Amino acid sequence: MSVTERTSKVIGTSQLRKEDAELITGRARFVDNITVPGMLWVGLVRSPFAHARINGIDVAKARELPGVVAVYTGDELEFAAPLFMAWPINDEVKNPPHHPLTKDKARYAGDPVAVVVAESRALAKDAIELVDVDWEQLPAVTDIRAALEPDAPIVHEEFGTNNAGSWILERDSPVPRRGPTAPFFDDPQLVKIKQEYRLARLIPNAIEPRGVVVDVNAPMGEYTVYSATQIPHILRTTLTITCGIPEAKLRVVAPDVGGGFGSKLEIYPEDAICLALARKLGRPVKWIEERSEGYLATLHGREMIQEIELAATRDGVLKAVRVNLTASMGAYLRLVAPGIPMLGAWLYHGCYECDAYDFQYTNVFTNNTFTDAYRGAGRPEATYAIERSMDALARELGMDPVELRRKNFIAKDKFPNYTIASGLTVDSADYHGTLDKCLEVLDYDALRAEQKARRERGDRKLLGVGFSTWNEMCGLAPTRVLAALNYGAGGWDAATIEFMPTGTVRVVTGVSPHGQGSVTVFAQVVADQLGVDYDDVEVLHGDTQVSPLGMDTYGSRGVAVGSVALHRAGEKIIAKARTLAAHELECAEEDLEFEGGNFTVKGTDRSANIKGLAFNSWTAHNLPDGMEPGLGATELYDPPNFSWPNGAHCCVVEVDPDTGSVDTVRYIAVDDCGVQLNPMLVEGQVHGGVAQGIAEALFEEARYDDEGNLVTGTMTTYLVPGPPELPPFEVHDTVTPSPTNAMGVKGIGEAGTIAAPPAVINAIVDALSPLGVKNVERPATPERVWRAIQEARS
Amino acid sequence: MRSIAITVNGVRRELDVEPRQLLVYALREQLGLTGTNVGCDTTTCGACTVHLDGESVKSCTVLAVQADGREVTTIEGLQSNGDLHEMQRAFHENHALQCGYCTPGMIMAATSLLKEHPDPSDEEIRYGLEGNLCRCTGYHNIVKAVQAVAGA
Ligand code: FES
Ligand code: FES
Repeated sequence: MSVTERTSKVIGTSQLRKEDAELITGRARFVDNITVPGMLWVGLVRSPFAHARINGIDVAKARELPGVVAVYTGDELEFAAPLFMAWPINDEVKNPPHHPLTKDKARYAGDPVAVVVAESRALAKDAIELVDVDWEQLPAVTDIRAALEPDAPIVHEEFGTNNAGSWILERDSPVPRRGPTAPFFDDPQLVKIKQEYRLARLIPNAIEPRGVVVDVNAPMGEYTVYSATQIPHILRTTLTITCGIPEAKLRVVAPDVGGGFGSKLEIYPEDAICLALARKLGRPVKWIEERSEGYLATLHGREMIQEIELAATRDGVLKAVRVNLTASMGAYLRLVAPGIPMLGAWLYHGCYECDAYDFQYTNVFTNNTFTDAYRGAGRPEATYAIERSMDALARELGMDPVELRRKNFIAKDKFPNYTIASGLTVDSADYHGTLDKCLEVLDYDALRAEQKARRERGDRKLLGVGFSTWNEMCGLAPTRVLAALNYGAGGWDAATIEFMPTGTVRVVTGVSPHGQGSVTVFAQVVADQLGVDYDDVEVLHGDTQVSPLGMDTYGSRGVAVGSVALHRAGEKIIAKARTLAAHELECAEEDLEFEGGNFTVKGTDRSANIKGLAFNSWTAHNLPDGMEPGLGATELYDPPNFSWPNGAHCCVVEVDPDTGSVDTVRYIAVDDCGVQLNPMLVEGQVHGGVAQGIAEALFEEARYDDEGNLVTGTMTTYLVPGPPELPPFEVHDTVTPSPTNAMGVKGIGEAGTIAAPPAVINAIVDALSPLGVKNVERPATPERVWRAIQEARS
Repeated sequence: MRSIAITVNGVRRELDVEPRQLLVYALREQLGLTGTNVGCDTTTCGACTVHLDGESVKSCTVLAVQADGREVTTIEGLQSNGDLHEMQRAFHENHALQCGYCTPGMIMAATSLLKEHPDPSDEEIRYGLEGNLCRCTGYHNIVKAVQAVAGA
């Protein structure tokens, strides 16, 4: 029996990505690169008004245009059910039917009302122009507070209100919080602060627009949907519900997907419409979003008003945190939108101890594009509120913001598995450790000294430093918790590992990466665990025909759930291979050591390599009685807890008080995601997350006018930062393994986006504090900063 | 329809195009060169960047007829003899891509940037790539990749 030598371990090393080869050579298969013979082009006729009744639609002219194959209105294209909404947070939720094509009225600018199908992309565009809709414009409401006023225009008349329902932690959380906050806010001995923050509406801006291609085998009633999606599995299930095509006849493929950030974690009207068209016409169809169209038609993120109150002792011990949110849903409740604010529900007291905690939120309908998950979903909101408030409290108490944080951090020795004030249990953390590292990299004392010197010299440019010490819950998620929260699906994921007869390994995962590098990381995990060559591991994903089971990629679950499922499948394989090895080597299983792919009889040089065992299990000539042929295993893993990464970020800014412009001078991120499988990829996730977080703090805002027109309706008016607008990042880490899984890993996909916005705004407010500025709303555009300075001065 | 001839990645291609046909769609849909991506409709994102007579242009703003008689290089034409261009290798080695959608345009823009500024500062790289957006990487590693080629 030959022994295959394996020298180095690949887990924990920065392996270059397996994914890159096709991407750097222009051979990738993005959805717009897919062409099916006989394919027709689809175009959507969308409402130009935010709120308008449809009195009639004249499609005659469009139908007459040569090359136009079909034009349908909402009444002509049938569906088995409206688009699926998966998170009815409680019985209070008001969920209006969301028809793929609206029938009665448009509820946001961009609401699709009719669909055209033509022989070419250009003809479809021409046909859209020929559809004549008789609109009766209605008053629109786009402000969340105004929408709750008694005389506000109503988005869904059947409810008589724009209030889409509330969720209250005390009442609705499956885990009890530490105590009611009222006694603390009534206590005259305590210092209280109350803050209100407005979070702008954001447009996710994955650089690949959305798109759908549906191929059809009409006689067989079989369909293949290629969609630029993060969630092929969830899409298949929900399309089955909406279109009435059984799963067995429906294959969903997420080809190469050019970024998501939540925007492709959705069941969109266009997915259902294209499938329905392919069925109705018996021909393949394709729809590719244009960017400006996508600004209306692809989900938005975050818009909410946050009210947060803190009560603390005079020497800075935090006692109570009370939070009330009002969140914009836009015109409909999309896939998981009602629950997005809830994903922050247990995090508004941050990394800090407190005795009492209250949290609630209200969802509101407005005449805007629907909102849903955007990178971080609920958690950046929470971190923003508490981290801004901690700075405000520090100012109120005359304390250093770092000292205040240190004083209130949950101590390292409380872990593992410490139940925090909001009621959930955090697996592991060392908050002091990450902050200390951040301060060391920054050289905090030197920076404060420089700031003091500059202020004394009266330098024109103002130097500021801001911190964000964050924690979060990701890796969605333990199914029991999701069930208790009325979430419409499980939080498990699937992984299959199979040895091919010649010893290469085929891995199938239920997560659906779109830039994260999961193919590389998963190959690292399997190669090390099974002792095979990294290059011999092939990782497949994103196609329901290859991977029938899965819950897809969002909420930083690729590593936290997907890789752990894989590792557990690997354990099953090793167990089976061990039995076979013992059979072949004629020894007891306990006498075998497994290392580097070899089972060795302890104290001897007799061994069997796993590849040979795989071959023998395939020929099945000599198996122990009762053993099935083949060496493979599947694991459906349901994580017992969320994943709880944390970190300390710091931003240094220079503000020009005359122009209000902000320069990010330094950005330091120290994150702890437990054991890192591939540090290069961890760093990449932090870079991208921080970039989006800084953008959220400084540049990005979807603005509407009073009539509900999207003013920032193109990529030139909505500022996605380019290379000059962002600083280099100083990325560091600490490693506190998670006790929840055998590898000790945690999710890292959203860390940067969660951490960065308060670090940036705290830095700006710190810079401006000598001028008396206490708050700058985000995005902190030069105009906003300048105005904040003028207001403080007057 | 108009008949035009473009030398694409060294090969003369003849095609009939509508006068309104954009170069990017002529490349993608008529010549099957789908490496060049489309990310916007306002000439903002740079995903469609190719070289036209050796200079980088956004192919979504050039009409196919304007390329008549000229030379176009796309991401598919960057390799020579099957070897990766050094910029392609640098992007790979420096983890300068995640989803990869911006990557072809970014690599084309970066190679032409270095032609103009063979020894750029980080700042010059950032300004030189100003017209190319990436939502995944935060640009940090893209700057590193370009610097790696410049320093080579
Ligand atoms: S597609 Fe050409 S600049 Fe965006
Ligand atoms: S790598 Fe995804 S947009 Fe640049």
